[in-house]
Amino acid sequence: MADALKKTPLNALHHALGAKMVKFAGYEMPVQYPMGVLGEHQHTREKAGLFDVSHMGQAFLKTTEIASGSDGAHEAVAAAIETLVPGEIRRLKKGGLRYTVLLNPDGGILDDLMITRPAKDGMGGVLFLVVNAATKADDFALIESALAGRAELDVADDRALIALQGPAAAGVVDRLLPGAGAQTFMTMAPYEWNSAYLIVSRCGYTGEDGFEISAPAESAEALAKTLLADDAVAPVGLGARDSLRLEAGLCLYGHDLTPDVTPVEGNIAFVIGKRRREEGGFPGAEKILKQRAEGPQKLRVGLLPEGRAPAREGAEIQSADGRTIGAVTSGGFGPTLGGPVAMGYVDADCAAAGTNVNLIVRGKALPAKVADMPFVPHRYYRGKETS
Amino acid sequence: MTARYTKDHEYARADGDVYVIGISKHAAEQLGDVVFVELPETGKTFKKGDDMAVVESVKAASDVYAPISGEIVEANAAIVDEPAKVNEDPEGAAWFVKIKAADASELDGLMDEAAYAAYAAES
Repeated sequence: MADALKKTPLNALHHALGAKMVKFAGYEMPVQYPMGVLGEHQHTREKAGLFDVSHMGQAFLKTTEIASGSDGAHEAVAAAIETLVPGEIRRLKKGGLRYTVLLNPDGGILDDLMITRPAKDGMGGVLFLVVNAATKADDFALIESALAGRAELDVADDRALIALQGPAAAGVVDRLLPGAGAQTFMTMAPYEWNSAYLIVSRCGYTGEDGFEISAPAESAEALAKTLLADDAVAPVGLGARDSLRLEAGLCLYGHDLTPDVTPVEGNIAFVIGKRRREEGGFPGAEKILKQRAEGPQKLRVGLLPEGRAPAREGAEIQSADGRTIGAVTSGGFGPTLGGPVAMGYVDADCAAAGTNVNLIVRGKALPAKVADMPFVPHRYYRGKETS
Repeated sequence: MTARYTKDHEYARADGDVYVIGISKHAAEQLGDVVFVELPETGKTFKKGDDMAVVESVKAASDVYAPISGEIVEANAAIVDEPAKVNEDPEGAAWFVKIKAADASELDGLMDEAAYAAYAAES
């Protein structure tokens, strides 16, 4: 059956934990466990939530122009991938992660992704990529063809990816992998656990401190069970993953970011590195840099509806004087805020925080305000405070 | 009289000369955590099958349809203030509205508890 749902290495565990499973990006994935979406959301904000994100695409990109580990190998692979992304990859430190986007020639966003420069010298010339599940086949095909002759892609579909997010995550991971608790936000370190090679990255998609751990598929269930054995850890499904990232103001690809918007319009212009702004050399650079200098016509903004009714994806946004100025791209109930939250695109003249707008929900105008994001403050670990 | 149920998982239960309307326990479980409820104003009239109320969970918004035709004589403000009550006691304290039926014989077209239990188990 060509259309059979794919399963992650944690599929049996989800069923054993009583998850409600749904189809997502071609995979059978847990949308919630018996704790429920609200409980899982709050548990992640207060303790630690374990998420199976093995459906996402992992791959190693390796330069073919120069021997791995030799001088200049990192510069070679970085120069290759920089033809597709606007991020500063060349000057990424060893063990550093970068959030960036794959662009089409019009500067539209084909995907958002994480690029990691491995920590070890011997891995020079290799980059570790993590891309979205629904776009991974297209992303990998594009990278392979665009970089043919310069770099080759080794798709790591034999690896699982487990996220542990929340204030208790660092303690839990550090007990399992001593030293990991000292890692700062947006860094990675390799670990060996029960003879499995783990790629441990301090990052996430909830706004909380936490980790994403890439593990060989055959070790994934044992690793997940070990993490779940800690009282602070509960399994969390896609439902709470969405409400957590929405409160954190983080984009969901295919909804908040699409091929029709540039990083400037998407309000993620920070993904364009300083040197890259000066040098260009990424797809759509001319258009994107012009937008950045002159201001875009439309912009992704946060929206806080008044009252309790959530505004969901697709709801029309109108200015106070009744003009259609955009549409909601993500919206729902924010359990930590205790009220509805949304994001969407509006005309640039209506994008200032505090602007009054109306969201059209079930034919009625729901008053809302443009608001700064994140809605719930990020709590990333950037190192010990020096006193 | 015991409750009667629609295929859309609303119930109607006689209470004196009016009918208490809400969503079934099965529907509340399927929805997950309810975070928002919108109810019609007292005095409004609906035909059987009209959109009458809205219930939203963390996952999605769902319409609630009038299981019988009639006039709204009371709306349960308690579930508007505290939507989570819908998950706690949907067929009891967390009823949605009370309707004065235009034609009580419409109830005959709805499922009884046993038929609904069988229907819910399949859906």
